[in-house]
Amino acid sequence: MLTYTLRRLMTAIPTLLLISLVIFLLVDLAPGSPLSEVPLTVPPEVRRKMLEAMGADQPVMVRYVLWLKQFFWIEPLYGIDGLLGTDFAGGAQRIISWQSKVPVFQIIGERLPQTLTVVGTAYFIGVLIALPIGIYSAYRQYSWFDQAGTFFAMAGFSVPTFFTGNVLILVFAVKLGWFPTIYDTNLKVTDWDSFYRLVMQMALPVTVLALFNAAEISRYTRSSVLENLGQDYVRTARAKGMGERVVLLKHVLRNSLIPVVTVIALGLPTVFGGAIVTEQIFKINGIGAALIGAINVSDLPTVQTITFIFAVLIVLFNLIADILYGILDPRIRYD
Amino acid sequence: MTELKLEKPRSQWRDVWAQFRRHKGAMAALVLLIALASFVLIGPLVWRIDPNFIEPNTAKMFKLRNLGPSWDHPLGTDQLGRDMLARMMFGGRISLAVGSVAMLVALFIGTTIGVLAGYFRRLDSWLMRLTDLFLALPLLPLLLVMMFLFRETVAGIMGPRLGTFMLIVVAIGITSWMQAARVVRGEVLALKEREFVLAARSVGTPARRIITRHILTNVLSPVLVAATLGIAAAIITESVLSFLGLGFPPDFPTWGRLLYDGIDAIRTYPERVVWPGLAISLTVLSVNYIGDGLRDALDPRIRGR
Repeated sequence: MLTYTLRRLMTAIPTLLLISLVIFLLVDLAPGSPLSEVPLTVPPEVRRKMLEAMGADQPVMVRYVLWLKQFFWIEPLYGIDGLLGTDFAGGAQRIISWQSKVPVFQIIGERLPQTLTVVGTAYFIGVLIALPIGIYSAYRQYSWFDQAGTFFAMAGFSVPTFFTGNVLILVFAVKLGWFPTIYDTNLKVTDWDSFYRLVMQMALPVTVLALFNAAEISRYTRSSVLENLGQDYVRTARAKGMGERVVLLKHVLRNSLIPVVTVIALGLPTVFGGAIVTEQIFKINGIGAALIGAINVSDLPTVQTITFIFAVLIVLFNLIADILYGILDPRIRYD
Repeated sequence: MTELKLEKPRSQWRDVWAQFRRHKGAMAALVLLIALASFVLIGPLVWRIDPNFIEPNTAKMFKLRNLGPSWDHPLGTDQLGRDMLARMMFGGRISLAVGSVAMLVALFIGTTIGVLAGYFRRLDSWLMRLTDLFLALPLLPLLLVMMFLFRETVAGIMGPRLGTFMLIVVAIGITSWMQAARVVRGEVLALKEREFVLAARSVGTPARRIITRHILTNVLSPVLVAATLGIAAAIITESVLSFLGLGFPPDFPTWGRLLYDGIDAIRTYPERVVWPGLAISLTVLSVNYIGDGLRDALDPRIRGR
């Protein structure tokens, strides 16, 4: 198992490097300069000095390597310093946003909790909805429940989230006034009252994302359970006189959840991407909103860093999915 | 002399159609899609109002703004007094065009890479690594970046309308070919070992002709399914781009763009969000259902049961 994990790690590193290169070069084509916010009255030699100090006058490849070093070495050091109060980084230059002149990772640190709360809750609820639906649909294949479940899943990934989101706002926030339309990111949970407010403002975005996720996962669960229901061991279990409950929830479920677990792990980074849209609908000040904001003012370091973080998440969760699969299903280990 | 009764020879496609017809959801979806398509394609021939017509007389224009449904404007007018029904038809045309052309681009890349990887062993590992690399890219952020970067440049070369169209179609195409490539490769790997390919090779058919005559015709069914699902995905992606403000310009709207324009006034005029949203949802839903039905109909293990 260890060699398998190590081998997967070894292939992940070149992939990440290549992706980082693609992202860096693509974004670097953008028109935009670190000095676009600096007044034109600043004399040219001062401008040149500013560029030099930022390292922005270097050739592309030098800047790329510098960015990589900052991303993988200096920023983690600052992270450790922040946690433990040490001084490993020693004032090395960080990745600075052109727009706000603040370290990009500080912006991400401020934005990430909002995204994580909404996306995490939504994904968790989505899985909780999807599993029972998928299992029961497979168990009663072609029943009315299964037909309804199929329609629900089809509608779930056909109706775009920006439409469901706006319809939910229209019905539940504007017409009925049950929930707030805009997510208040300054809300601090201190007591039951503020917790209640947090739940209320999370209700709509979480519903939108959870329904979307549940649609896909329930389909996978259904087909996986269906496949297992036809296996010989199910007949054996029934022949032994096991109750249907035990057969379904113990024998079949364990085996059919193996691929589902990997699908859940693989889907998580995509959800972050999808959260870009949800954040835009509900005006959540999360990491997706930060990305859109940075794209619109061509703040290249922020765009590069956030996009690359998404890529890191994808590769990381691919890795997790593979390792999980290896742990859960010994047949696919290669060692 | 007894008449010999022979059953009429049945073609494969007739079998497929017979199986497809038994999928109730897919048939309903097909009818719905035809209705939607004729709404956007034939509709403008009947409903002859220019979707971009703004009353030049300002006083009249002000009276025409934000009208509710009436006989003159069944879906009302927008904030500049443009007829919403005409705009819905016009937007639908572009949405469907973007979906189909982007799907064709993705399919072309995907099939080419899939066939090359499946047929030529030397290319296989490289091309599949490329596919895996693309699958690990954060596609939505990159699409946004691409739209932002190249919109001005391409619009400068080809004009804002055609430029945006080409850019969106190509951008969606090169970020969504990976599934098709994987499916086609798997299919080609299996086909390559079949006897008819061996026979073709043994009479000296060059690889180019084996691929075009024998392989490509046999990967048609998975490609067809991938194509239908690809249209749905492309329409969604385009509307997401438009929704985030990085899609088509307002005088060349798609359903996604119309929805985006309607968001500002959603409290007072919710129908401006609901109509385009419904149109997108119904189109994508029906295309997905058709894909589902096609998959069942084209699978010989299910067909004929």
